[in-house]
Amino acid sequence: MNVIINGEKTEIAPETTVEDHLKHLDLNLDTVVVEADGLILKQEEYATLMLKDGMVLELIRFIGGG
Amino acid sequence: MIRVNEKPVEFRQGTQLADLASAFKPGADVYIINGYPMPANTLVTEGDDCWLIKRGQIPAADEMEHLLYSRHTPGVQDKIKDSVIGIMGLGGLGSVVAMSLARIGVGQLLLADYDVVEPSNLNRQQYFIDQVGLKKTEALKTNLARINPYVEVAIFDGELTEENIPMIFKDVEVLAECLDGAPMKAKAMRAALTELPGTGYVGASGLAGFGDNNVIKTKKIRDRVYVVGDHEAEARQGQGLMAPRVGIAAHHQANQILRLLLEKE
Repeated sequence: MNVIINGEKTEIAPETTVEDHLKHLDLNLDTVVVEADGLILKQEEYATLMLKDGMVLELIRFIGGG
Repeated sequence: MIRVNEKPVEFRQGTQLADLASAFKPGADVYIINGYPMPANTLVTEGDDCWLIKRGQIPAADEMEHLLYSRHTPGVQDKIKDSVIGIMGLGGLGSVVAMSLARIGVGQLLLADYDVVEPSNLNRQQYFIDQVGLKKTEALKTNLARINPYVEVAIFDGELTEENIPMIFKDVEVLAECLDGAPMKAKAMRAALTELPGTGYVGASGLAGFGDNNVIKTKKIRDRVYVVGDHEAEARQGQGLMAPRVGIAAHHQANQILRLLLEKE
């Protein structure tokens, strides 16, 4: 199945959670804001929300310094 | 008819700024016509907006406001003078954003930080060496008052959390995220986008070191939500935070906030 991540079509295995995919991308879960189909996810939802075919995700990754 | 320090005044042909000064503001030694400083012997002409200022004298609130009016594009000051802006974090980003917005005369700033000024902050943050050990909220409030005492400054002295951000900043028009740690940056954005819909948001990510100026961008995330930075240069050992590049990012933030206030974007 396919999802759109930051505008790019990405192939994903079935039964993948948001957390699985963030880890696959080697992202630190604590530093990413995830928008799924226009809604901002709570961090607790990363582990439970299954990616579905056609889902549109925006990942906003933060880097330290200020 | 001309205007002298805001008052309509009749004038004769051949009147110079120095003549106006002796009549309306004895001792004035700075002369501004239509927003530009001019010499004392400049002739005034019909419709001129003249400001006579005594160097070293602190202008009153209405004078200060008028000075900003005359410096800025028409219409700008009316839109920003009643604005309310929240700033989360008063380090290299937040202290610079606050200075920039106070200089242009925004209405109110709500400043939040839990920390004190440390010597290592002085390489980029808008504090003075004699302020080491003071709360950043108090120190910055003092410094802003020395620039423009007519900007209202409120402070929140304490730790920000995903839970308390929506409550603290519920009345701001635009919220600047100027925090240091990446996890807190993510939490702050989640809090604002979930609980403060309609509030403008300008965050920052990636501004350490002394890399290329021009890879620092203002990226639109969604309507009225932006993140500034190169999205790569992390503050870590061997790549510190320094005034020049952090300042570039901070001024991207400040200008984006101004654009949101002016409804340019």
